[in-house]
Amino acid sequence: MSTIANSFRTQPDDSGHFGQFGGRYVAETLMPLILDLEKHYRAAKADPAFQAEFDDLLEHYVGRPSPLYFAERLTEALGGGQIWFKREELNHTGAHKINNCIGQILLAIRMGKTRIIAETGAGQHGVATATVCARFGLPCTIFMGATDVARQQPNVFRMKLLGAEVVPVESGAATLKDAMNEALRHWVAHVDDTFYIIGTAAGPHPYPELVRDFQSVIGKEARAQLLSRTGKLPDLLLAAVGGGSNAIGLFHPFLDDPDVKMIGIEAAGHGIESGQHAASLTGGSPGVLHGNKTYLLQDADGQITEAHSISAGLDYPGIGPEHSWLHESGRVEYLPVTDDEALDAFQTCCRLEGIIPALESAHALAALPKVAKDFREDQIILVNVSGRGDKDIFTVADALGVKI
Amino acid sequence: MNRIAATFAKPRPALVCFLTAGDGDTAANLDALVAGGADVVELGMPFTDPMADGPAIQKANLRSLGAGTTTADVLASASAFRQRHPHIPLVLMGYANPMVRRGPEWFASAAKEAGVDGVICVDIPPEEDAALGPALRESGISPIRLATPTTDAARLPAVLDGSSGFLYYVAVAGITGMQQAAIESIEANVTRIKQSTDIPIAVGFGVRTPEQAAEIANVADGVVVGSALVELVEKYGANAPEHIRTLTASLADAIHGAR
Repeated sequence: MSTIANSFRTQPDDSGHFGQFGGRYVAETLMPLILDLEKHYRAAKADPAFQAEFDDLLEHYVGRPSPLYFAERLTEALGGGQIWFKREELNHTGAHKINNCIGQILLAIRMGKTRIIAETGAGQHGVATATVCARFGLPCTIFMGATDVARQQPNVFRMKLLGAEVVPVESGAATLKDAMNEALRHWVAHVDDTFYIIGTAAGPHPYPELVRDFQSVIGKEARAQLLSRTGKLPDLLLAAVGGGSNAIGLFHPFLDDPDVKMIGIEAAGHGIESGQHAASLTGGSPGVLHGNKTYLLQDADGQITEAHSISAGLDYPGIGPEHSWLHESGRVEYLPVTDDEALDAFQTCCRLEGIIPALESAHALAALPKVAKDFREDQIILVNVSGRGDKDIFTVADALGVKI
Repeated sequence: MNRIAATFAKPRPALVCFLTAGDGDTAANLDALVAGGADVVELGMPFTDPMADGPAIQKANLRSLGAGTTTADVLASASAFRQRHPHIPLVLMGYANPMVRRGPEWFASAAKEAGVDGVICVDIPPEEDAALGPALRESGISPIRLATPTTDAARLPAVLDGSSGFLYYVAVAGITGMQQAAIESIEANVTRIKQSTDIPIAVGFGVRTPEQAAEIANVADGVVVGSALVELVEKYGANAPEHIRTLTASLADAIHGAR
């Protein structure tokens, strides 16, 4: 593989590292399996038939390309640069998650695996996984923290309607981190027939790379759409970062365009200083969890601390390793946004644009009042509206003190 | 000869016993292992996210952390054990993040100072050896690697390269304390691995009874028991030491007399 000097798009290296981050920190039982996954992924990536099937499903099943939309009223209200949306919330199942699930299930089938497992927090990745399992007729088990099962009943029922088995995880705080632990425990005992569809650009190599590649359809499309409509590249990209799959999907195709600035938005919960947040880069430090080295929320002894965010999809104490690397290299800037700021942006987007964004996406939108004025009227700010907010209306009602 | 090598040089299989540090009265529980006849003591470092462990050891981790156990406490337990038992090999077992948090050199040197002979890190495979292995070797501590039923012939040399002390053969593809592997499978795999190395092989995961332990001791250099002992701490609390001693003694009798 040839390396372009000063390119930000050639990571990870052959051993799965993004600088000091990433890697394969897994139990020995899983090592042969993830080496095999890497081998099959390399072959799939080089196979035009695999790419063709992926593209076909994205077009006819997911509904791609997703629209690129000029948010005229929001632009007018905020003043400054033009605000454009990449409309990932219009995908089948209502978020960007499905792009990755299509890619991974095709890989699972190619490897001859006959069962699928996945972890989920709010349930969006669980629903997307259950969806592709139904589409391809594979049995599916979703691990979900018992706390999340209780507060995300509509998504639990959706998964069940789609034929998935939902296993409530009681260990730890019974949220996403614990669901991921339990999925790894299950996987290690069923390595022969089971494929683990990880929902974000994290975990052991090659997951961060392959999830990024499948999600890069977002940035590739946006690049082509914007060039064709305006003849220009964007001046700023904005995306929310939990594990970071929608952000890396948007950012990666632009990383080597030096004039395109990028900001990833982390969930600051009740504020970084409160200690109740999910901002691994702003408020964490490097460590090893769930198969990779990356920034984590942890104490002085390396014990992982609980994250908090109003957005269940951002409520995780780690972040994908490529974001840790982009953060340290300075190519991408990362800003924290609080629960309250996200709630304001959620309502503004509803009223001005007629779009109910996911609370995750509302974090990206919440950065706009801070940054839009730094740009001229002829400059373009592109926001990834990664998901729709129908799933969040109960949480938002609760936060606003409204009884439904 | 170091403590681990001296133990495995004896003409009998070794009993390797695991307990989680900070779960109950650690000193009394470890002493009960020694009194019962344990040849090697594995001290578990608690972690919030024990991905390779079944319910028994998961709960022990949470009990320990809930009681406020820190890395300093674990090292103090190790150090005190070494004072009381100058000849019993002591191995720390746990996950990467607590071990590398202050840097691998810091951990290796603190463990050495505490009298630790070996370290088992569940989630550092040979591919990530640089994260901890060089620091351990530099300090004279044995990095003890895991081999599993999925470690095939192509992979085995990488696992053996840089490991010392003993090799921990994980008898089942799975987590600790759950199902037991068939003795035929264990024997075939141990025989296969022995063709490639002189390092002693201890077999663990799913071993609960003296009968199982004796069967495995027939074909391996050592037998590891963890969850069954940890469950005694959960069940008996302050009275755990006498029960730990009784179970350890029956395991030791079965293993030491196996061949």
